[in-house]
Amino acid sequence: MAEAKLQETPTEAMIARQSMPQGGWAQAAREDALARLRTMGLPQRRDEYWKFTRPDTLTQAEPLPAAVFDHGDAPLFDDTERLRIVFVDGAFDAEASDDLSLEGVSIERLATATTDLHWARDLYGTLEKAGQSPVVRPLAALNTAFATDGVLIHVTGKPSKPINLVYQHKSETSDAMLHHVVKLDAGAEVTLLENGPAAARFNTVMEVDVADTARFHHVRAQGRDHERRAATHVFTRLGTESLFKSFTVTVNGAMTRNECVIELTGDDASAHVAGACVGDGDFHHDDTVFITHDAVNCESRQVFKKVLRNGATGVFQGKILVKEGAQKTDGYQISQSLLLDGDSQFLAKPELEIYADDVACSHGSTSGAIDEEALFYLRARGVSHAEATDLLTLAFLAEAVEEIEAEGLREEITGRLSAWLERRSA
Amino acid sequence: MLSIKNLHVKLEEEDKQILKGVDLEVEAGKVHAIMGPNGSGKSTLSYVLSGKDGYEVTDGSATLEGEDLLDLEPEERAAAGLFLAFQYPVEIPGVGNMTFLRTAVNAQRKARGEEEMSAADFLKVIRAKAKDLKIDADMLKRPVNMGFSGGEKKRNEILQMAMLEPKMCILDETDSGLDVDAMKLVAEGVNALRTEGRGFLVITHYQRLLDHIKPDVVHIMSDGRIIKTGGPELALEVENNGYADILAEVA
Repeated sequence: MAEAKLQETPTEAMIARQSMPQGGWAQAAREDALARLRTMGLPQRRDEYWKFTRPDTLTQAEPLPAAVFDHGDAPLFDDTERLRIVFVDGAFDAEASDDLSLEGVSIERLATATTDLHWARDLYGTLEKAGQSPVVRPLAALNTAFATDGVLIHVTGKPSKPINLVYQHKSETSDAMLHHVVKLDAGAEVTLLENGPAAARFNTVMEVDVADTARFHHVRAQGRDHERRAATHVFTRLGTESLFKSFTVTVNGAMTRNECVIELTGDDASAHVAGACVGDGDFHHDDTVFITHDAVNCESRQVFKKVLRNGATGVFQGKILVKEGAQKTDGYQISQSLLLDGDSQFLAKPELEIYADDVACSHGSTSGAIDEEALFYLRARGVSHAEATDLLTLAFLAEAVEEIEAEGLREEITGRLSAWLERRSA
Repeated sequence: MLSIKNLHVKLEEEDKQILKGVDLEVEAGKVHAIMGPNGSGKSTLSYVLSGKDGYEVTDGSATLEGEDLLDLEPEERAAAGLFLAFQYPVEIPGVGNMTFLRTAVNAQRKARGEEEMSAADFLKVIRAKAKDLKIDADMLKRPVNMGFSGGEKKRNEILQMAMLEPKMCILDETDSGLDVDAMKLVAEGVNALRTEGRGFLVITHYQRLLDHIKPDVVHIMSDGRIIKTGGPELALEVENNGYADILAEVA
């Protein structure tokens, strides 16, 4: 028995490797999260919520190294006027970042916000904690406890340009943990962009509190380093007549688990979450979404599209929970994969749980190969097999990309996807 | 222009011979029509010529201006100047009609070593041609053939033909699903493309399309062979007496 005692659990091994930033307004929330984490323990292979995705590489104390990949392209969002905040392997890079002042918003860094920001203290770890039920998300609790930095964004108006979190990856062994909190006041509107591979292993949590009639737009491009691993969580709470729109594009990456937990708490609110991913070879991509309707006449929409080949794996777990009294709910969920060969696989678990009697919810999940009839039609008009495949692949992804509201961003993402596909098939 | 010799084709999946020795010469500047009862192999001929999967050529040859078509990929056949107007144009969600056409035009130009068409030039040309075929801006913007009526789909085929300017056009049952007005519009589109350098092969079940697209030569196909060849009057004979008489005559 003495031997068993010496055996450290993976959770304790992970905790032992971290050091909690001391003092300051977030301390209590961090301690609370650590206690939560200890109670639930890190995810294990046998956990139902991790049935399709092996958590090992995300939960082991030492991250696996990931080679830095130089794609040689111009940075994404370069065509968009924006405020850049740069993190290199999780460490803030002041030189590369823009000045953080922008009208209609106040931006501070988690690591340096020493004065007690009441709104941030109230929010930090709060939505994450609420999102731990009915399903636990231990990697998010880990993040709340130990995140080394992040941004605290308080949106009071309508800033003139998007805020862009740029995540650069320069060290092969980096293990980064960032925690962002975003609060939108009533009527405020902001666009948050995230892009870059960030680190060999990257764990992020973003908590977004969207007040009545506020609008939050989120466009994220997960960096293209082939070996990177990432676990991300977005937690949001939506007030009356508010809007939340989140889109993620993922190309490459050995392991990605993106969780999005949405709670519609005010009437007439709308939440859209979408993802387009392109996986080739050693690629595992998991979108896990949990949307709770707890108000009247709200709309939610999930659109996930995955293109997989050479043994890539795509996972989708999406749940719509309609609580008692959440009448006139309009819930839509679609997850589809385009399997470009017989070696790739798509695992989907769509779920609806409805306790109100006047709702319209639909969900669908499909897996399929490229449409041979359409392929022949294009080729008969002179388009090469490769180009026709790309065109149909891009068309398949389009429904997800169309969830991006800003036309310029939509076009930029489409352009990138098109260029990536073209290069890959060249 | 198009030279088909002793073409034998069977279905790949099952051991079923569809074409049993087709011989056909379409000269530049001429319109040939192939008529025949259902199941005679007319559509198979169009698919084999354009390179669709699922067919195996067991004997014979097909060349376009001396170039062996059967060895080429579908896109290479298109670049060589072959065009098939589909009986059932395919709907492609997510791909804009305009994007599709521009991609096709430029792919063919590239394959032929020609310069690609600029976006502005392309727009100018397509607008003019679309107008002739009464294809509005909305149809150009919509995904390929999505939500198009039968007539719109066929007009869209002719628009593609007009944009791609092929040497040899095969029209597979282009009249199917069209009312008289739509058929006239399509026929006008085709007739506008009749030039000295271009050959046409019009596959049809009924004679009525040939009232609008006047053929130079009419072939009757049955059971995988061309059993009779004649002038436009042959189409009228079919119209008046059906296929039974001709089949009996050659039997």
